[in-house]
Amino acid sequence: MMPILQLVDITHNFDGITAVADFNLLLGQNELAGIIGPNGAGKTTVFNLITGVYRATAGSISFAGTELVGQAPDRIAALGIARTFQNIRLFKELTVLDNVRIAHYSKVQYNPLEALFRLGGFHAEEEAVLEHSLELLALLKLDGYAAETAKNLPYGLQRRLEIARALATRPQLLLLDEPAAGMNPQEVARLLEFILWMHKEFNLTILLIEHQMHLVMNVCERLLVLDFGEMIAEGTPQEIQKNRRVLEVYLGEAPAS
Amino acid sequence: MGRNQEREHRTKQGLAGHRLLPVLLAGLFIVSLAIDRFELLDPYVQLIVMYIGINIILTVSLNLVNGYMGEFSVGHAGFMAVGAYTASFLTVKVLPVHLAAWFFPLAVIAGGLAAAAIGLLVAVPSFKTRGDYLAIVTLAFGMIVKSAVENIDALGGPRGFLGMEKLTSLPWVFFWVVFSLWVIRNLIYSNFGRGVLSIREDEAASALMSVNTKQVKVLAFAVSSFFAGIAGGLFAHLLQFINPRTFDIIKSTDILIMVYLGGIGSLAGSILGATVYTVILEVLRPLGVWRMVFMPLLLVILMLYRPKGITGLREFPWFIPFRDRLAGTLSREEGREP
Repeated sequence: MMPILQLVDITHNFDGITAVADFNLLLGQNELAGIIGPNGAGKTTVFNLITGVYRATAGSISFAGTELVGQAPDRIAALGIARTFQNIRLFKELTVLDNVRIAHYSKVQYNPLEALFRLGGFHAEEEAVLEHSLELLALLKLDGYAAETAKNLPYGLQRRLEIARALATRPQLLLLDEPAAGMNPQEVARLLEFILWMHKEFNLTILLIEHQMHLVMNVCERLLVLDFGEMIAEGTPQEIQKNRRVLEVYLGEAPAS
Repeated sequence: MGRNQEREHRTKQGLAGHRLLPVLLAGLFIVSLAIDRFELLDPYVQLIVMYIGINIILTVSLNLVNGYMGEFSVGHAGFMAVGAYTASFLTVKVLPVHLAAWFFPLAVIAGGLAAAAIGLLVAVPSFKTRGDYLAIVTLAFGMIVKSAVENIDALGGPRGFLGMEKLTSLPWVFFWVVFSLWVIRNLIYSNFGRGVLSIREDEAASALMSVNTKQVKVLAFAVSSFFAGIAGGLFAHLLQFINPRTFDIIKSTDILIMVYLGGIGSLAGSILGATVYTVILEVLRPLGVWRMVFMPLLLVILMLYRPKGITGLREFPWFIPFRDRLAGTLSREEGREP
């Protein structure tokens, strides 16, 4: 297994409160892994540390051989890590198409001066960005909404657009923060198929945070369990389901065996 | 309809006005030359038209930062002052009188560049943090410029600066208005411009989608300051007299009102806002000081009932470049899931 992302002894403090402590993670190329844990366990903090929203207090994060700690979020995104958000954060007043086009930012070569005079690769690159965006929207069955304002999309489609936008950055690693939040069982079932399809179609490594056990257990090859900022268990979904400490965290007392 | 056919159809739709606009602008430019040359317009009306033009430049440039990018800069008159004083100093003190008219465009550009340079100085530290910080810094900046000029004798201090010839003419104003609109349009409808818009929508998400937000913010602010400086140079050579009080907080507020009256994030809105506001101010001139009661009231009503301005985030189709206009006509119905 070729490692693509490696977190070594990552610790993060908020004003003296430890949100994540000595967290280690090794993610292989093309792996599909999940992080679970109770609310406030530090799952989203891990995503924020990987993507540069927070800077780790201690430890190192390396992605395909590059150290990420201390890098700006846009640099990290340009390196090939994309994410979605727990509470949808689209560019609401912009069109569906523009939401996706914006995510091409770091891949565009022409500079603002060339844009001003429409010189250099401007037209060719803009055409390519447009083509790729429409292609992505078509793949995700959002092409009928290209000219629609993002905020007018139904909830489920907004979630999908967020994924489309993340894919537009051409990531190697995709971080999904509670992709099934607010979805009904039918929608979750479709999302499950969708994640598996995307994993194959785009040759992605995926790390997801989720509370919906049905989704996590059926999609992830490997699970990590976080509680109070510490990793308490790691293994296949089958192993995690039987893990005593995990059961304790989720159910309080461990059932007598 | 097949995909190609549909594209062709949309191309035709998208083309409306596409070739007409340059012809129209060239025509208007010739008209402005004729008016200037043969005095076809009442001098007072001509003056108002030139004020409108200068205000359009100020409005569209502030709109870039406040409307398109969603930041809140309140010191636009300060950058205007930098441009006005730089250009005036050059034409009056540096350049020989008989050559001033020839070098006028260069003096105006120098004023713009000086304002842009100062804009960079303000932007770099201001954008290190987020939110209201820019408002406070630009507010302070406006005051600093005013008191700095008041204390520089070479610029006339509080008495003001004069000696400029009336070098600003209708064709020049027209040229600079079109140029500023063209520059901002071409920047907005580009990778950089999409970055600007995404910062307004959600700055954190924007950075996570690979937009270099720091760079985008600083560059947008510099471009905005540049055109404020250009407007300042034109203004100084129209009025032929400037003093520090010309560029106080009231002037900055005027520009803010024009942006929010016309419509944030819109070129058409900037033109509309500047025109309507300038004309209303002239019409209300007999009211004297009461104008200053009426205008804020107008602003309050506007904010309550049309918070995004008259055109608010919408654009006149002719101003939208071809590719983006086509994208706007993409099928809204076909290909949707039930």
